[in-house]
Amino acid sequence: MKKTILIIAVLFIGISTQAQKKNKNAKITFEVNGICEMCKDRIEKAVLKTKGVKFCSWSIETHQLSLIMDERKVDELTIHKNIAAVGHDTKKVKATVEAYNNLHGCCKYDRENPQYGH
Amino acid sequence: MKKNIIAILMLFPLIAFAQKTVKGTILDTNNTPIFGASIYWENSQIGTNSDENGNFTIKTLESNKQLVVSFIGYKTQKLSIDNLNKTTIVLTADNQLDEVNIQTRRKSSNRPSYVVKNIINVNKAELLKAACCNLAESFETNPSIDVNYSDALTGTKQIKMLGLTSPYIQIVQENIPNIRGAAQTYGLTFTPGTWVESIQITKGAGSVVNGYESITGQINAELVKPSTDKKVFLNAYSSLNGRLELNTHFNTKVSDKWDTGLYLHGNLRDKKIDNNNDNFLDAPLTKQVNIMNRWQYTDTDKGWVSFINLRYLTDQKTTGEIDFNPTIHKNTTTFWGSEIETERFETSAKIGYVFPELPYKSFGLQVAYSYHNQDSYFGLKDYNINHKSVYANLIYNSIISDTRNKFVTGISTTFDKFDELVLATNYKRNEKSVGAFFEYNYDNLNDLSLSAGIRVDHHNLLETFITPRLHLKYIPWETGTFRLSAGRGKKSAAIFAENQWLFGTNRTINIINNNGEFYGLNPEIAWNYGASFTQKFNLFNRKGDIVFDFYKTDFNQQIIVDMENPSEISFYNVSSKSKANSFQVEVNYSPFMHFSIKTAYKYQDINNGYISGSKQQPLQPKNRFFTNLSYETHQSENGGNWKFDYTYNWQSKQRLPDTSIYTAAYQLPEYADAHISMNAQITKVFSPRFEWYIGGENLTNHQQKTPILGADNPFGTNFDSSIVYSSVLGAMYYTGIRFNIE
Repeated sequence: MKKTILIIAVLFIGISTQAQKKNKNAKITFEVNGICEMCKDRIEKAVLKTKGVKFCSWSIETHQLSLIMDERKVDELTIHKNIAAVGHDTKKVKATVEAYNNLHGCCKYDRENPQYGH
Repeated sequence: MKKNIIAILMLFPLIAFAQKTVKGTILDTNNTPIFGASIYWENSQIGTNSDENGNFTIKTLESNKQLVVSFIGYKTQKLSIDNLNKTTIVLTADNQLDEVNIQTRRKSSNRPSYVVKNIINVNKAELLKAACCNLAESFETNPSIDVNYSDALTGTKQIKMLGLTSPYIQIVQENIPNIRGAAQTYGLTFTPGTWVESIQITKGAGSVVNGYESITGQINAELVKPSTDKKVFLNAYSSLNGRLELNTHFNTKVSDKWDTGLYLHGNLRDKKIDNNNDNFLDAPLTKQVNIMNRWQYTDTDKGWVSFINLRYLTDQKTTGEIDFNPTIHKNTTTFWGSEIETERFETSAKIGYVFPELPYKSFGLQVAYSYHNQDSYFGLKDYNINHKSVYANLIYNSIISDTRNKFVTGISTTFDKFDELVLATNYKRNEKSVGAFFEYNYDNLNDLSLSAGIRVDHHNLLETFITPRLHLKYIPWETGTFRLSAGRGKKSAAIFAENQWLFGTNRTINIINNNGEFYGLNPEIAWNYGASFTQKFNLFNRKGDIVFDFYKTDFNQQIIVDMENPSEISFYNVSSKSKANSFQVEVNYSPFMHFSIKTAYKYQDINNGYISGSKQQPLQPKNRFFTNLSYETHQSENGGNWKFDYTYNWQSKQRLPDTSIYTAAYQLPEYADAHISMNAQITKVFSPRFEWYIGGENLTNHQQKTPILGADNPFGTNFDSSIVYSSVLGAMYYTGIRFNIE
């Protein structure tokens, strides 16, 4: 009996890992703080240069970054880190003060109350 | 606000039991009614909006007497309402909330710095600078393209890029090869100006996606689209020398996915003009009816887009001696005359699919069919051509790892069937090709981008060959753009269709047979190399840019049209002897608001490797100076203004073909003098719906003295109407209107 349960359990684990199979073209969207065209350029460059990211687009109006990535090659957190590294905050990773200060004057978004549209 | 109030009102239907109402009118300080102001009782959910006469009715509340009236741009007012009589409320403007309208003027012709190729984008505003009636004339305000007359009889305008004539330019319509083969000479005059939405001129080697034929560059004409063009558009044009044109567009939405447009063009010139008294018409009598029907399908959710085009055209030209009457004098030597009748039908379909989940992945299919038939005679010479063409191109776009590395690949096939009658000789040929292409586009998102393309084609007469094309863009500093290009082109030559001016001469036609597949000749092969540098600048706080272009065309194998011997025209192949160099510097600057200057100097050195020795290309000025000034008054509230446009052209002397054996009266000097031509146009825009324009071409009235040599005896040996180096017509004035319904 114990054996049967074990077998079933193993089978289930097998199936569930099967279900978690990494998506080659995973589409995700999250918020990134920024203001202007220059920010857009900087954010998209940082994201696209992350290995495994295939496509990205950041909206000035909504601050939403949508991207397509290969989950086998990259995880979402790495992208958050790379965005923070160039000075832009996301909900998961905040930029260092130094990185934020390095931004162009026009791009210094309000870190507490982000403004939408510019 | 308005919506909220309405929504809230609907949520509280019971309050409508209140019986008494307050009526009133809301005006501004000029006693103009304010439409849409919000009126509500303070701290309540009872509210309303004023109607177009400023009137409102609001139910009274027992508990509340404070009425709040607000409207964007005005100070909010609070009033105590004690009596229920009609009240008038005057709102005063809130100066702190003036509407700010920022306008940035997009240049009507520009070179976008983000594209790899050296592309000049010409938009509608630029096309309207001259009342250009057809595609050939729409380049008159552009220094990169030269517009000349092809001959003195048909008044056909011919374009040149980098000093080489239009057969070396690949002309595509919405990326489908269009003006080629039989359409080569008159094809540009078959696209009415109002149908054109924008033009993209690529200097140098084109893209491999559109084929192997482009040598000096590529011109793409985007036509107006049923979904974005005006619902109804009307343009009427009339010139003092008797040219009448009428254009109408009708666009309608058929369903949420389908739009359709019907475009009609007609032009007519029935007035005989002979201002230079050579007994020959200065401009032909013409009649053209041109109909196009477009269908546009858009389904953005599923990612499908499609265009279907149908077009039919009939064009008639009659030229020759003033007294020539085709019904009586055709095929006689009483009077010299010519009739050119063209009928063309074309249809094309484009289907595009963008993967909704993967926006960088798409495929497209283009298919086109055209039937072109020209029946014509020039004096006693017959020239008929029938050309049927089929084209298909399947394109797939995607990326390699990420969108910094994109590629386009696909396969294409063409079929062309030519049937020609030249004097008394029949020429027939079928051309079939199948090819595959791959273009890799790289962008490092910073300063470097490139486009490297290659295609392999198998053609029944051109054999199997490879066409490489390379474009490189580098941004050395923020305001500078440096571009390089190199590429190979190969084309079969439709020598008679491309050079129909030769029938307006009495020269004998001589083809030096090379056992080639095209009238005994081998195809043309050339390499084109180019470098371009653009620097943006800021002078007196106003923006401008300066562009340097240098392009070189090296012919490995060329078909030379040799008219150095005054009694004949020879066609022959030469190898590696001909060179065409073109240098251009162009400055664009706007010294003050609404005023812009485009000025350019161009040096073009075209050297032909004739059998008799190397010589400059005849009828080609080495130096050209161009200036275009345009000024617009500030737009009034209803969108009206005045537009002024002026173009100045100076062309240096041009070498003329040898005429020494002609009688003294028809002998031309070795060089034609430099000359100036000026065009100007004034447009009065009454509103976005209606505008009126008036303009003049060749304002200095510079006219070539004897455009037709031997005009007194057109069946004799001196007759030659092909040596045109200036305007045949004198100053020409025109006027017209444009009207539309959105």
